[in-house]
Amino acid sequence: MTAALVLIAVFTLATAAVALALRNLIHSALLLIASWFGIAAFYLWAGAEFVAFAQVLVYVGAVSMVVLFAVLLTRRSRADTVVTSDSLSRAISAVITGVAVFGVLAAAIFGARLTPSTAAAPTATVRDIGMQLMGTHAAALLIIGILLTVALLGAVVLAAQDPDETKKDAP
Amino acid sequence: MNLAVIPVAASASEWSDAFLERLPLVARDLVTSWLPEPWRWLVNSLISIAVILSVFGLLFAYVTLAERKILGRIQNRPGPNRTPIPFINLRFFGLAQPFADGVKALTKEDVVPRGADHLLHFLAPVVLLAFSILTFAVIPYGRHLVPVELNAGVLYFFAAGAATELAVFMAGWASRNKYSLLAAMRALAQLISYELPLLLAFVPVVLVTSSLSTTEIVAAQAGWKFDLIPHWHVFTPWGFAGFVIFMIAALAESNRSPFDLPEAESELIAGHLTEYSGFKYALFFMAEYFGMIALSGMAITLFLGGWQAPSPYLEFIPSYVWFAGKLIVLLLGFIWIRATFPRLRMDQLTRFAWKFLVPLALINVGNAAFWSLTSHWSGPLQILRWLISAVVVVGPFVLMGRKLSAGVAPRVYRYAAT
Repeated sequence: MTAALVLIAVFTLATAAVALALRNLIHSALLLIASWFGIAAFYLWAGAEFVAFAQVLVYVGAVSMVVLFAVLLTRRSRADTVVTSDSLSRAISAVITGVAVFGVLAAAIFGARLTPSTAAAPTATVRDIGMQLMGTHAAALLIIGILLTVALLGAVVLAAQDPDETKKDAP
Repeated sequence: MNLAVIPVAASASEWSDAFLERLPLVARDLVTSWLPEPWRWLVNSLISIAVILSVFGLLFAYVTLAERKILGRIQNRPGPNRTPIPFINLRFFGLAQPFADGVKALTKEDVVPRGADHLLHFLAPVVLLAFSILTFAVIPYGRHLVPVELNAGVLYFFAAGAATELAVFMAGWASRNKYSLLAAMRALAQLISYELPLLLAFVPVVLVTSSLSTTEIVAAQAGWKFDLIPHWHVFTPWGFAGFVIFMIAALAESNRSPFDLPEAESELIAGHLTEYSGFKYALFFMAEYFGMIALSGMAITLFLGGWQAPSPYLEFIPSYVWFAGKLIVLLLGFIWIRATFPRLRMDQLTRFAWKFLVPLALINVGNAAFWSLTSHWSGPLQILRWLISAVVVVGPFVLMGRKLSAGVAPRVYRYAAT
């Protein structure tokens, strides 16, 4: 079991590290997706079946498309997908941001009081998760739903064409 | 499996459950029984993988042949019929055609464009095929034949299917061909648009059966009303609507006509497959057919009662035969649709998904909620339940169909002779 965990961890971290090191944006994005697969594998290893499949469905199925489309639609040519560090100030600010995020996360992780429990791992079936989501956490679910709907409507409003433009384009 | 106790059969159906149902397991245990206990599980799994690969590989081979023959017949030509069986030179309806095609694909030159991204160009068909094979794992093929029993089986199925979009993108981008890339973007737009109705169409089933496990969904469809009408989901108003939406979205997800815009052989030089040749091209086709077969299998599991027999008097036929029969009927339906419908235009395709299928599927979720809330209604109330549910399905269908096709139909032929 531990060997599998080590394998999964090495795979996830290695793909993430190579994704950072590569200069080709598309390759980086694809490796990032591989890293998300690693995280899903970790959830499976931990027995959280539902979360693992949801991770694949949401990240590999949907978020990856957002990333790839963003890369393709914002770059003018294929050569443009290769990124280089523009200037020293930009590199420095990137490092500062990275260190700040790492600091916040590390503080949160080391600050958390983790009590090792000897109790058996809870076996949460999909039904239990559904009951929890619809019962105790129904309010949170509803708020997230409303938030996503608002975001969707906002995207539609932004993407909707100007009616004058369509008339001009019509044959 | 404990086969020591085979009960003395009282009726035909019980006898079949005792022996014919278990025949695949008996055959497997015959092979693995001499192995030591820790190895048995591994070899059992390997055997199921080998069986799935060979059965669906052969099914793929003969579905392509059936497709070419049936399309040929529909278009008034014989289809492939000249491939003889080797060494005996017997032309038997061209039954050796798939193997000849396989040899041809294997011996063809594998052309890779000089500017292509070689690694991604190689990986795209592999990723696509791997993920489409993964989807076969959770479909219950028979009463005792489920390769992997998962608590969240339906979710697994759609998660594995979601990665196919990635492979299409990889193929289009790695080819370094602007037509490939443009076609891949179009294919992605189509796949994303139709993923939504596909997912929304199975939500009612989960709502009513309150389970994500494929075996439990099949078990929930057991039984017959008056020994006549099976309790399959397709025979309820919400189930019928869900089945139709699911099949339309499945057609689009597997790039089948009339939604075959990503390939569109006659217009688009095969889209993201332009720069593929030889066996890689064959792998893409294999993945496409595997996707089609897996989606049909899922449609059978969700709506057509899985391996359940349609009548209690036909239960003596083993369950996996029923599953195979339903699968073949659905695949023939796919072929028939390909021969009959013209291809959609890109704007028609996305409009159909977003303006028609998604709202209908959302209404259908509400309909299923009503159905499961009124499950205790009986007597005349049951007729009311059916009526309300049917109106909720048919009403929006007619209204939205009228509104969307206003000004489009009937078509006016200005220049053609009448």
